[in-house]
Amino acid sequence: MNVAPAILGDFGEAIEFIFKERESVSGGVQIGGLSELGGFAATHMYVSIAALLIASALAIPLALWLGHIGRGDFLATATSNVGRAVPSLALLAFFISFIGLGYTNVIAVLVLLAIPPLITNTYVGVRQVDRETVDAARGQGMTDMEIVRKVELPLALPTIFGGLRTSAVNVVATATIAPLANVQTLGEPIITPQTYGFVGQLGAAIVVAVITLAVDFAFARLQRAVTPAGLKLADPARRRRFSFPIRRSLESR
Amino acid sequence: MIGLPIGQLQIEKPGGSDQCVASNGFCPEWIVDNIDRYWTPLLEHVYLTIAPVVIGFAISMVLAILAHRRRWLTGPIIATTGIFFAIPSVAAFFLLQPITGLGYTTAMVALVSYTLLIIFRNITTGLRNVPAETRDAALGQGLTERQVLFRVELPMAIPEIMAGLRIATSTTVGLAALAVFAGAGGLGREILIDERFKSNVVVAGGLAVLLAAAFDLLILAAQRAITPWQRAGR
Repeated sequence: MNVAPAILGDFGEAIEFIFKERESVSGGVQIGGLSELGGFAATHMYVSIAALLIASALAIPLALWLGHIGRGDFLATATSNVGRAVPSLALLAFFISFIGLGYTNVIAVLVLLAIPPLITNTYVGVRQVDRETVDAARGQGMTDMEIVRKVELPLALPTIFGGLRTSAVNVVATATIAPLANVQTLGEPIITPQTYGFVGQLGAAIVVAVITLAVDFAFARLQRAVTPAGLKLADPARRRRFSFPIRRSLESR
Repeated sequence: MIGLPIGQLQIEKPGGSDQCVASNGFCPEWIVDNIDRYWTPLLEHVYLTIAPVVIGFAISMVLAILAHRRRWLTGPIIATTGIFFAIPSVAAFFLLQPITGLGYTTAMVALVSYTLLIIFRNITTGLRNVPAETRDAALGQGLTERQVLFRVELPMAIPEIMAGLRIATSTTVGLAALAVFAGAGGLGREILIDERFKSNVVVAGGLAVLLAAAFDLLILAAQRAITPWQRAGR
């Protein structure tokens, strides 16, 4: 009968934890509040952005080139299959036990998680560019480099940003368990309930969920923004056929 | 509702005699002697994978058939399941706890919600890719809408549906490793009991990877068995 107030109470306290400092469960230390969670959020964003940038720099040029020369069907499917099969927690634990703790290792794990969707989406994005368009570009005297930069890359951008969106959501979600490797992200209250209690865990979970949804939304907007005007103008029925299954069915998490 | 301190339990290891175990190394002997401790978590993990995928498949199928009849439902369903899909599982396991408590129910609700987007999207894609001529031919032969759906469209969509099931299953194996945060056990709990002990991480993590691969092969085999016409052409 007092289930509803109890639920509201949990969430109410968790939200209070986000905005106001309080004494820790074990006593003696001040925890919670915007300044502490702000610090965690900054670390969270730092490792996420670093990982996403490194993964993009490695994966996108490689997959662009493989897509251009048409070799790499196997690589594109294999990376996404393997990427899905390895649990993020297992990968992080593997790094912790074999290589060690700290920022570098956490970022390395996040880079490995971010790469598969980027490779698959970039490769597929380039491969689905109309071959006749590429032939026309070549006929106009463009070099391979120019074809990649001026034709294939712009036309593949919406698909590439689909991959970036998947990777960004994955990375921000997985950065939550980084405190296992001594990197104090927003997962810190979740991993140390002996200090933060359930209220701290719930508060951190709320912040993580809000940030991830914001990242997902921002990348969805970005994906729309980078779609070349020519593709937007295409016949809507035709566009839906192409963009719907291909752009998102390869995403994974 | 305070959970156990995570990652600080440490497996009890035999006294200092074994240098390898004491230094948290990778010790084949320890693994052989202790492999029994992993069976229960493995079975829990199998359950944490099969149950969400089966329930998620049933819900997605109903939603997909609804959306097939009423096209305008597709957008709202994708948007809603997309939000479930974007919320990190670790966060979801805590957000649900005030409502469903610590344990299987919480893990199950979160894991089911992750499968919906993947499976729904693949079923609708499969149904949509059935050529209009095929539909027309079936209608022309006097089949009702319902018969067209169950005897023509759904069977033709099986490859896409199975592809969705494979993605959903391997994703769920990975997410179920985090169900430890919902208090639901599984291989993730074994990993976190001592994530600095190499032998433990290799066995528990390795089992999760093998489990994903095994499920993948199983679904692939099932797909070949139920779509004999796909093989005939090759």
